[in-house]
Amino acid sequence: MSDLLLLAVLDGLAYAALVFMVAVGLTLIFGVLRLLNVAHGSFYAIGAYTATSLILGLGAAGWSPWLAYPALVLSAVLVGALLGGLLERVLLRRVYAKEEVLTLLVTFAVFMILEDVQRLVWGVQPLFVDTPLRLLGTTQVGEVYYTAYQLMLLPATAVVVLIALRWYLRSTLQGRLIVAVAHDREAAMAMGINAQRVYLTTFVIGATLAALGGAMASPTTSLTPGIGTEMIVLSFAVVATAGLGQVEGAAVTAVLLGLGRSFAVYLYPEMQVLMPYLIMVVVLLFRPQGLFGVAETRKV
Amino acid sequence: MRTLLAATAALALVASSALAQTKPKEIVVGITTYLSGPASVFGVPGRDAADLLIEEINAKGGIGGVPVRPIYIDEGAGTENLLSEYRRVSQAENAAFTLAAISSGNCNALVPVAEDLKQPNIMWDCGTQQIFEEKRYRYSFRTQANATPEMVATVLYLLQAKPDFKTIAVVNQDYAWGRDSWNIFSNALKALKPDVRVVAEMFPKFGAPDYSTEITRLSALRPDVILSTSWGGDLDTFVRQAAARGLLKQSTFVLPLAESSLQRLGDTLPEGVIVGARGDHWFLHPAVEDAARHKAFIDKYKAKTGSYPIYPVYHMAQAIAAMQAGFDKAIKAANGAWPTREQLADAMKGLEFRGLTRTVRLREDNQGLEDQLLGTTKRVGEYPFAVLDQMKLYPAELVTTPVGQKSEEWVKTLDKGLPTNAKIQTFSYKQ
Amino acid sequence: MEPRVLVPLVLLAAVAAVPLALPASTLLLTLALAKGLAVLGIVVLLRAGQVSFGHALYFAAGAYVVAFLARAQQGGSAVLLVFAGVMAALLVGLVVGLFVVRYRYIFFGMLNLAFSMVLYSILEKFFFITGGSDGLRVPRPTILGIAMDRFVYENTLFYVTLVLAVLAAWLVHRYFRSPLGEALRALKSNETRLEYVGLSARGVLLVAYVISAGLAGLGGVLLALVQGHVTPELSYWVRSGEFVFIAILGGAASVAGPFVGAIVYELVRAYASAFAADVWQMILGGFLLVIILFASRGLVGLYDDLGKRVAPNRAVTGRRRPT
Repeated sequence: MSDLLLLAVLDGLAYAALVFMVAVGLTLIFGVLRLLNVAHGSFYAIGAYTATSLILGLGAAGWSPWLAYPALVLSAVLVGALLGGLLERVLLRRVYAKEEVLTLLVTFAVFMILEDVQRLVWGVQPLFVDTPLRLLGTTQVGEVYYTAYQLMLLPATAVVVLIALRWYLRSTLQGRLIVAVAHDREAAMAMGINAQRVYLTTFVIGATLAALGGAMASPTTSLTPGIGTEMIVLSFAVVATAGLGQVEGAAVTAVLLGLGRSFAVYLYPEMQVLMPYLIMVVVLLFRPQGLFGVAETRKV
Repeated sequence: MRTLLAATAALALVASSALAQTKPKEIVVGITTYLSGPASVFGVPGRDAADLLIEEINAKGGIGGVPVRPIYIDEGAGTENLLSEYRRVSQAENAAFTLAAISSGNCNALVPVAEDLKQPNIMWDCGTQQIFEEKRYRYSFRTQANATPEMVATVLYLLQAKPDFKTIAVVNQDYAWGRDSWNIFSNALKALKPDVRVVAEMFPKFGAPDYSTEITRLSALRPDVILSTSWGGDLDTFVRQAAARGLLKQSTFVLPLAESSLQRLGDTLPEGVIVGARGDHWFLHPAVEDAARHKAFIDKYKAKTGSYPIYPVYHMAQAIAAMQAGFDKAIKAANGAWPTREQLADAMKGLEFRGLTRTVRLREDNQGLEDQLLGTTKRVGEYPFAVLDQMKLYPAELVTTPVGQKSEEWVKTLDKGLPTNAKIQTFSYKQ
Repeated sequence: MEPRVLVPLVLLAAVAAVPLALPASTLLLTLALAKGLAVLGIVVLLRAGQVSFGHALYFAAGAYVVAFLARAQQGGSAVLLVFAGVMAALLVGLVVGLFVVRYRYIFFGMLNLAFSMVLYSILEKFFFITGGSDGLRVPRPTILGIAMDRFVYENTLFYVTLVLAVLAAWLVHRYFRSPLGEALRALKSNETRLEYVGLSARGVLLVAYVISAGLAGLGGVLLALVQGHVTPELSYWVRSGEFVFIAILGGAASVAGPFVGAIVYELVRAYASAFAADVWQMILGGFLLVIILFASRGLVGLYDDLGKRVAPNRAVTGRRRPT
C-alpha cells in the first residue's frame, strides 16, 4: 500500500510540474497587470507546437538529437517574446484602462483567434515527437519504470523555474520593479518607475513560462487542437486557489492539485477530473483570497 | 395556427416526395468522420477511401446514371456542431444517404435523429451493440459487425493464445464504446474462464493526452493481460507511453482495434501483442473473396495516401458498397422512377454486399454479419511495422448475438467449447 | 411610427417569419434565442458590475434536469419539463448564490467558474448516471398533451422560445427600472453608499443572481427540448465565456443586445464552420476585438449611435426636442 502511495505521489509531482509552469506565469501576469489572461492556454499550446516543429526540423537537418533540449527552451523564449510581446504592445496596452470584463474578453478573443491560428499553421491531425523523452531512457522505482524525463527532468525544470523566479523578483532590480508595480501601480509610477515597460516585461515572462510548460509537455503526448483549453482552466484553478499573484503559493497549490488528481485515479477514478475544481471551490468558500493570498481591504 | 402549420407540413411533404420521383442532378451523401483531433488519424483515411471509391463510381457513370457527391461532417467539432451540420446536410442538402458515424456516442445521438428525419443512414463504423438491441429502426443500417462479435472473438483468441493467464486489467476510453466493449468482453470471459481476476478497470477520457498515472498503476499491479479497446490517436498515445516505460514487456497486450494503428506505431509495437481488425480488415488478409480487386484497391490507396489501408477504409468500402447495392435494388423496384427515401430504406433490408474482403449480409434487425480476424504481431523484414501472424478467422454466426437477444445476456451462455470450434480457420503470415 | 420603435419591430417580425421563409434556419435561431436567454442573465449581473464565468452551470442544470425527467417518462409534458428545469436552476442559483454574493469582481467570477467546472466534472465522469461525455438523448415530450411530429414540434418550440425571449427581455427591462434593479447599478458604482441607504448589497445581488440563474436555466431547458441531446460540454468554461462574449458583442446596456448578439454569433458559427471550419473562431474573435476597441456598447450600441447620427434632433427618450 505504501508502494502505491509513493507511486501516486510521483505521478502527481510530474503532473504538478507542468501545471505549475503554466500557472505561475498566469499568476504573475495577474499580480502585476491585474489581467486574467485567457490566452495563456494559447501560449502553452503554441509553445508545444513550436517545440515539436523545431525538433522535427533538427531531425530533418540531421543535427544531434541532444539539441532537442535547448530547442525546447528556445521555442518557449521565441513564443513568449514574440507572441507575448506583440500581444501586449499592440493589443493589451489599449485596453488596460477599460473595465476588467472587457480586458478579460480581449484575452478570450485572442484565445479564440489563436486556436484557429494553430489549426491553420499546424493542421488538425495529431503531431507526435518524443525525441527528448526517449533519449533519457527509463529509471526504476521499486518495480515500476518511469521515464527519466517525466520523473526527473520535468520536476527539476519546475523547481529551477521557481527558484529562478524567486531570485529574479527579490534580488534583481528589474524584478523588484515588478513587485513594486504589482503592489501599487500609482505609487510606483509616482516614484518614476516606467510601468509600461514593467507590464511588457512581466507579460513576456509569463508568456514564456506558459510556452515552456507547453514545450516541456510536448514530448510526452501527441498534440492536437484544443490542448490549451484544458490547461488554461486548470491553471485558473491553481491560481485562484493559491491566491492571485502568489508565486510560491502557486507551486504549493500545483502540487496539491496534482496529488489530488493522481490519488483520485488510484482510489476513486470518477473523481479525477473533479478534484482540482472541488479543491478550488472548498478553498475559495473559506478563503476567497486563496490559500496564500492577502485579503484586499475595501477601498471606500 | 396549428392547422396552418400542419397544412404547410403536409404540403411540404407531398411536394418533397413528388420531387424525389424525378432523377436528381446528383446524389448527395453526408459522411461523418473525424477530421480533427486525435481521432482524425482514423477518420481521415475513411474520408480518403470514400473519395477514392466515389471517384470510381462516378467514373462508371455514377449510381443509376447520377453522379455522387460526398459532404464530409467533422465529428471532432463537438456534438452540437455535429447535430446541426447533420440536420443541415440531411435537409438543406437533401442527402440521399448519410454515413454516420465513427464514434459510438455520436451514433447514439444521430440514429434517432436519422429516424426522425426519415434519413436513410448507414452506421459505417461505430460499434456499440446497444442501438439495434434496444429498438428496431427503419432507416439505419449497420454494414459492419458490432462490439459483441468483436469482443467475443477476442476472448476466444486470447483463450487459445494464452490459456493459463490469471489476471487482467482494462484501459478503455470513457464513452459508449469503451464501456460497452468492456461489458461484453468481461461477461464473455467470465462465462468461458471464470477463475480470471480483474485487477483494475480504468476509463480515461476520450482524447486524453496522458496515461502516465494509468501506466504507473498497471506497472505496479503487473497483470498478465492488459486489454484496451482504444483506437486512433488515443491508442497510439497509450501504446507509445506504455512502451516508453517498459509496460509492453511486462504484460501481454490485447488490442482488438490496433490493426488501424500498426503502421503509425511502426517500431514501437513489439512482437507478441494480440491485435484485432474489427471485422476481417487487413491488407494482407489471407482469404478475401476477390483478391485482384483487393490488390488493385490497395495499390490505388497507397498511391493516393502513402499508406496501406486500415480498417476504417474497409468499413467505408462496405458502407459504400451497401449504399450502391441498396440503390440498385431500389431503382429496379421503382420501375423507372427515382426511389424515395422510404423506398431506399426498404431496399436495404436483408441486403447482401461485399466491400473489399468478404460478403456481408444484413439481418432483419439491420445488423450486419461480418467475420472477425485476429492475430499476433510479428516483425518481418518486408515492412517497417508489425504484421499479423497466427491469424484466426471467426465466422460471424459463431460470435454474433442472435436476433432479439441482448448481448450482455447472450455472452453469459457461451459454450466452453467455443474456442476450439471447427469452423474457426487459422492462417500464418505469408509474404 | 418612429424609426426607434419601427426598426426593432420589423426585425422581430423578420425573425418570427423565419420558419415560413427560411425553414432550414429555424432550429439554428431557436438555439440562438435560447442562448440569448442565458446571455440576458449575464447582462443582469453585468448591471451590478459583476461577471460570472460559470453561468454554464445553470444552463447545463436546466438542460440535464429536462433530460433526466424526459427519459424517465419517455417524453412527458413539455410544460412540466420547462417548469421543473427552471425551478431546478432557480434552486441551485439560490444555494450557490448564497455563497457567491459575498464576493466581488474577480473572486465572484472565479467562484462561479469553479462551481460550473465541478458540475462539468461530475457530468463527464459518472458515465452510468449522466451518460458521460456522450451525453443523454432527450425524448420528445408532448406539448399541451399533443404528441407532435418533428416539423410541427420544432416550429412550435421556435415560437415558444421567441415569445419567452421577448417576455424575458421585457420583464428584465421592468426589473431594471424597479428599485431593486436600480440598486444594482448602485452596486456597480459604489456599494458602500447602497448600504448606507439601508439596503443589503448582498440581498440585492442575490435577487439578481437568482434571476440570472433562472434565465440561464430556461435557456438550457429550451436547448435540451429542441436539440434533443445534452452533453457535459454545456457546463464547460468555454460556454460560460461564450455567454459573456455574446453579452458584450450584442451590447450589455440593453435587453435586446443578448438576442441580437446571440443570433449574429450563431449565424457566423454555423455558416463559417460549414464552409471554412478553421476560421470561424478567428472571425468571431476578431469581431469581438473590434467591438471592444471601437464600439464597446456592442451591436445595439452601434445601432443606437447610427440612429442618433441619422436623426440627431431626437433626444434619447425619443421625444422631439423643441426647435
